[in-house]
Amino acid sequence: MNRKQGAPDMNTLDRRRFLQGLLCGTGLSVISPSSFAADPGNIPIADTPSVLVDVTRCIGCRACMRACKIANDLPNDTDLSVGFPVAWERQELRFDQWTVVNPETGPGTDGIDVTRNVKRQCMHCLQPTCVSVCPVGALTKSELGPILYNEDRCIGCRYCIMACPFDVPKYEWHSGLSPVVGKCQFCTRKRLSQGQLPGCVEACPTGALKFGRREALLFEAKARIATHPEKYINHIYGEKEAGGTAWLYMADVPFENLGFKSTMETAPMPPLTWDVLSKIPILAGAMAGLFGTLAWTLNRQEKSE
Amino acid sequence: MNGWIFIILCTLSLIWTCLCLVYDKRPRLLKPITAITILVIWGAALLTLFRRFTGGLGAVAGVNDAAPWGLWIGADVFAGVALAAGGFVIAATVHIFRIKRFNPILRPTVLTAFLGYVLVAVALFIDIGRPLSWWHPLVMWQDHSIMFEVTWCVILYTTVLAIETSPPLLERLGLTKVLKVIKVSTIPVVIAGVILSTMHQSSLGSLYLIVPGKLYPLWYSPLLPVFFLISAVAGGMCVVIVESYFSAKILKRGLESYIMTSLGRAASIILFIYLIIKLADLAVRGHWDLLLEQNLQSRMFLLEMGGGVALPALLLAFRRFRHMPRGLLAASLLVMAGIVLNRVNVSWIGMSVTDHLHYYPTWMEIALSLGFITAGTIIFFLAVHFLPIFPKAEEEEELPEAISPEPNTGLVSA
Repeated sequence: MNRKQGAPDMNTLDRRRFLQGLLCGTGLSVISPSSFAADPGNIPIADTPSVLVDVTRCIGCRACMRACKIANDLPNDTDLSVGFPVAWERQELRFDQWTVVNPETGPGTDGIDVTRNVKRQCMHCLQPTCVSVCPVGALTKSELGPILYNEDRCIGCRYCIMACPFDVPKYEWHSGLSPVVGKCQFCTRKRLSQGQLPGCVEACPTGALKFGRREALLFEAKARIATHPEKYINHIYGEKEAGGTAWLYMADVPFENLGFKSTMETAPMPPLTWDVLSKIPILAGAMAGLFGTLAWTLNRQEKSE
Repeated sequence: MNGWIFIILCTLSLIWTCLCLVYDKRPRLLKPITAITILVIWGAALLTLFRRFTGGLGAVAGVNDAAPWGLWIGADVFAGVALAAGGFVIAATVHIFRIKRFNPILRPTVLTAFLGYVLVAVALFIDIGRPLSWWHPLVMWQDHSIMFEVTWCVILYTTVLAIETSPPLLERLGLTKVLKVIKVSTIPVVIAGVILSTMHQSSLGSLYLIVPGKLYPLWYSPLLPVFFLISAVAGGMCVVIVESYFSAKILKRGLESYIMTSLGRAASIILFIYLIIKLADLAVRGHWDLLLEQNLQSRMFLLEMGGGVALPALLLAFRRFRHMPRGLLAASLLVMAGIVLNRVNVSWIGMSVTDHLHYYPTWMEIALSLGFITAGTIIFFLAVHFLPIFPKAEEEEELPEAISPEPNTGLVSA
């Protein structure tokens, strides 16, 4: 996994056509790690490749989990391999399991407990926290939008795992010297760049997952809510959370009752540290001047005495 | 479970050794028991290291995907760096503020700080998943990351400390020319050290600015970097007191009590400032009510602020108390414990949801941490034994015989 694709010239890439669903076979390049973090990347937010998850349409078949493992050459040694439907035990994200679907039970809008199947994977933030905290640029926001991981840079500090507001990246805890961080990479290298849909989206039999431009998917989600206001709650999870994400969720049950974090900030996270970090050069310069002058003055005083 | 019994016995044995030193009791078994304890701890630490490098962190530590940073980061790295802050504080006092009466403790303090940072670097090397890639931040820049800045500062400041520590070694080796160059560059080097320390001491707090939704509001504050810096300054001073006290006991030399009491007084003032800002910050953010919640977090916060900050600050404020060596020692130990508790609270207790903790340390994590502490202590006394670290005092003639009953030298040959 995680082998780098060749990086063809971005100028040859007609993003809009690519993203409007024509999915013409093109490559993509990964931008240099020093230029991303603060700005949301080169692609307009509206054009970011996104997936709309309609929780009400998910039947919990876990075909997406299976497809994800196949698409990313992840070990398929769990009960997923025995056939369809897959094992129904609760599954957790792992370094080698990048998406999971679990039934979540919580009070619906009328207060009565209901169960819904909720898919989890990397949300692919528009202003990703993990990318901003990684000290070596092992996590990068590709020009197309998805957040990619490069194990050849990673030092295993696990700050990304600590910092991710959605608790997505997972770590290979039982590798002595070369553990990897594992998370969904939107099938960017193997499928998107070949003009194919992400594995999970392609596998979904009910249309619970829909791939498209972010703006178009937001429009569609709002249209569905407007058409069925009695069904959906008026909240698209991912539209604003952590500054906005590429994966968008709609449901008929309040999201905090389905295991989603209810305390999520709507402001993007990276400025929380960058606001401090960016002032350090000025502070360091001021301190150098202050202490230099002080030492010099006191030293002269000492000598004249 | 047996591992835990082993750890508790080792810890009790070390505490017993310290108590014997404090009360000037030298039972015949002191030396062998201390030596055996330390060797056993080192054995367990080596075993831990072997398992960590073969089976991964998951084989030895309690860390997991919900709590990726454990005791080796919270206690060894965060608290270790904070407690080594004495190095830049005393260096600045002597070389920048030119307060010369602190000169006698400059060398031992800088040595302590240097050893502390070397141990922190070793701890980080063990804790990061891909230790062989430790140099990546030096060439693969990502200047939006606090971790990147901390890495650079720690590497540069360890270099600064190596330069500041070198004069005793150079004197011993008789390299007068190099010594002259170092002497001339002292002030710029010290200034660089103060800037680097200020930057990374505070930045260790900034690491947690990114997790407003995860760190419990009693600790999460936009002022985290300020809190980490201020508490490190007070903690570093108290480490100097504790280290001087035990050096005096072990080397049977006089304690520079006038320096110790003024350090205690300064620490008291800084702790009061820290306490006031902490409480004001809680009030401004409107989280006073969380103190009344009967949960683990509120109890740990009260223990940290009450026992580790308010109580020692109050005790050290009394002149009479400061002049009692054992009182000064006890208050300084409280401050050190408060710093460790604060870093552990931020990195562990505060990162959990209410009473459910995502992580429990294993006995092997504690064994390695104890291994670090004992190794650092022994290297310190070895250096003090062979190098001109402490000023030559009047009792110079009786120094050689004073060193022979010192427990650690016998241990090293063992």
